[in-house]
Amino acid sequence: MANKLVVSLSPHVHGGDSVKRNMYWVCIALIPAFLCSIISFGIGAIITTAISVASCVFFEWAINRFMLKNPKCTVSDGSAILTGVLLAFNLPSNIQPWIIVIGALFAIGVVKMTFGGLGCNLFNPALAGRAFLLISFPVDMTTWPLAGQGFGAYLDAETGATPLSIMKTAFKDGDVTQLQSLPSFQDMLMGNTGGCLGEVCAAALILGLIVLLVKKVITWHIPVSILAIVVVLSGLLHLADPVYANPLAELLSGGLLLGAIFMATDYVTSPMSHKGQLVYGVAIGVLTVVIRAYGAYPEGMSFAILIMNAFTPLINNKFKPKRFGEVPAKK
Amino acid sequence: MKTFRKGGVHPAENKLSAAEPIKKAELPKVAVFPMSQHIGAPAVPVVQKGDKVKVGTLIGKPAEKALSTSIFSSVSGTVLKIDTVVDASGYQKPAVYITVEGDEWEESIDRSEELLKIQNKPELTSEQIIEKVKDAGIVGMGGACFPTHVKLMPPPQFKPEWVIINAVECEPYLTSDHRLMLEKPDEILVGVELLMKAAQVTKGFIGIEENKPDAIKLLTEKCVAEHPNIEVVPLKTKYPQGGEKQLVDAVVHRQVPAPPALPVSVGAIILNVGTAFAVYEAVMKNKPLFERVVTVTGKELKQPSNFLARMGTPMSLLIEACGGLPEGESKVIGGGPMMGKALINTEVPICKGSSGVLIMSGKEARRGEIQPCIRCAKCVSACPMGLEPYLLATCSGKKMWEKVEGEDITSCIECGSCQFTCPSNRPLLDLIRVGKQTVIGNIRARQNSAKK
Repeated sequence: MANKLVVSLSPHVHGGDSVKRNMYWVCIALIPAFLCSIISFGIGAIITTAISVASCVFFEWAINRFMLKNPKCTVSDGSAILTGVLLAFNLPSNIQPWIIVIGALFAIGVVKMTFGGLGCNLFNPALAGRAFLLISFPVDMTTWPLAGQGFGAYLDAETGATPLSIMKTAFKDGDVTQLQSLPSFQDMLMGNTGGCLGEVCAAALILGLIVLLVKKVITWHIPVSILAIVVVLSGLLHLADPVYANPLAELLSGGLLLGAIFMATDYVTSPMSHKGQLVYGVAIGVLTVVIRAYGAYPEGMSFAILIMNAFTPLINNKFKPKRFGEVPAKK
Repeated sequence: MKTFRKGGVHPAENKLSAAEPIKKAELPKVAVFPMSQHIGAPAVPVVQKGDKVKVGTLIGKPAEKALSTSIFSSVSGTVLKIDTVVDASGYQKPAVYITVEGDEWEESIDRSEELLKIQNKPELTSEQIIEKVKDAGIVGMGGACFPTHVKLMPPPQFKPEWVIINAVECEPYLTSDHRLMLEKPDEILVGVELLMKAAQVTKGFIGIEENKPDAIKLLTEKCVAEHPNIEVVPLKTKYPQGGEKQLVDAVVHRQVPAPPALPVSVGAIILNVGTAFAVYEAVMKNKPLFERVVTVTGKELKQPSNFLARMGTPMSLLIEACGGLPEGESKVIGGGPMMGKALINTEVPICKGSSGVLIMSGKEARRGEIQPCIRCAKCVSACPMGLEPYLLATCSGKKMWEKVEGEDITSCIECGSCQFTCPSNRPLLDLIRVGKQTVIGNIRARQNSAKK
């Protein structure tokens, strides 16, 4: 027969979705936040991101090539690039380059590749990298540059308090008046405050969320449940005692939006069923508020996500999707 | 607009042949009739080599004391041999080969075009209709091929409330049901009334997806004018709406419980629109089931078409009539792209359940490269049965049969939505099928040993 017949089992068509498409759409959704970080922190944001992406990609390639002897290059799936971007977004823009490289080595080398590479890691690599650096280099990691020092700002940028550290001190001192030095909501929305380079501009992050939802990269369950529970809980705390900042300030400050939209929704480390995702989101929200209010660190988002990453397999076992036919017939 | 409540995907519709009127297909030189064109035991041949048959002659009688049904000749001629043939399932099946000579029909068949309404035969009882359906060898024509007369006689503990006609045609590419509705609407509606009378219900629904607005309009008008107890239900276009459980959920908002429950346990009897037409022809025109509408389609095919083809016609004949297989590598699929079976040769005969022949060529014929599972949960969202395909596939791959049984693998309807949606091109359904078959086998073995 002149024609060759191909045989395989159904389905014979595919929706066209791919790992690459999802990874690159997350990267695209991060572009507005990146542009805002350049406006806020200048060239430091570009250098930090570039070093982080380059070292993540390099470590993944090198580990595959020389340690695992895997002939297939996995770098092109875009996940190492995404880890690099997210790691950079969780660092101050004036951090020493060699610290970034160590963070990337930990994120890719220890957290991702040791467990088997893409799809097998228990913890979010970028966040684990950040937590590792935060514990190892607490001073460098908590000295944040102030926004709006011009394009040239990098290692020598002037540093200062972030909204979260203002809130923390106000609570420690029990002094409500300190909260008056918080930046305006408009500044927080547009990223005109101190902080990690990717987390400051709330408006850009929300734009990213819209992109991810429209392109169906993620569903609403995780980000919405986190943000809702943070607003509710911090609102209750604020009502009980005004020394806690108001819920809107909590929502717009620190890594909450970046974490809820881009880190907690990481496919590999979040639960599979919608019910499980809601449980996971609520737990992250509660932990974040608790750590922010009572913990040693001003920011609790990254720890909350990492803690819940560890619970993801349990959540998957416990919270199953509702099977078809389980609902009693409606009369 | 109504639809089913859980999961589902929306593949590109590609209804290339939707505007092509149904053409009569050429008669083959030799027609081949597998004796197993239905769920259950194969029919037993009642002809021998050298026997003369006409169009509509019984050639296979139902196996005794088993779920089975009759097979009729679709051609006139001489029995060439009784042998085996590879059918769409890929397995060798016993089959009757008939050399075609002329086109002489059994006299008992009414070949006139006149429309006979149910009022023309008011004396018909439920039992008589079911008997006719049984004698005409009618099976579900959507592809599952379950003998229709059995469906019309549910176990006594169930009381059917509605007949729901499946005119969804949610498979991409296929247009045979769509064309049939446009060209034979009156016959179909009489067929639905006959089915309702047989099942002793007073309400009938016809579920049609909104991508066939002309069929919805035509049938609605006719129902309003002449068949007030039949209602056309437009449905939102979503795959797998043609799955019977999904259709019941979409039309009457009831969910059939997990297997072995059947749709009739919530009061619904589901029948394909092609089956309704076949029932009309069998009961009113005394014509057994030996021809059907087949869509032959594909992006690379010169002329995608809808044929009225006799059973036993090799698919190659229909493909030639559409311009032949494209050069190079292609996949020939019996049925639609989501649930159809890839054929190992094009000489496979058209059977009762052959709704379409789909040609996919070149790059389309191949699957994408498999990547690691990134646990994106898109398969969980897509599953219309509320299962976790990633888990079932992984555990089946590791032969954890008890685990997958506990995760309700037997509820899987094999619609392929999970694999369609998987960004990593993982062979989810391949693995789940292995698990499902093994678990069903294990359950049977347990039941058998419990009996002993």
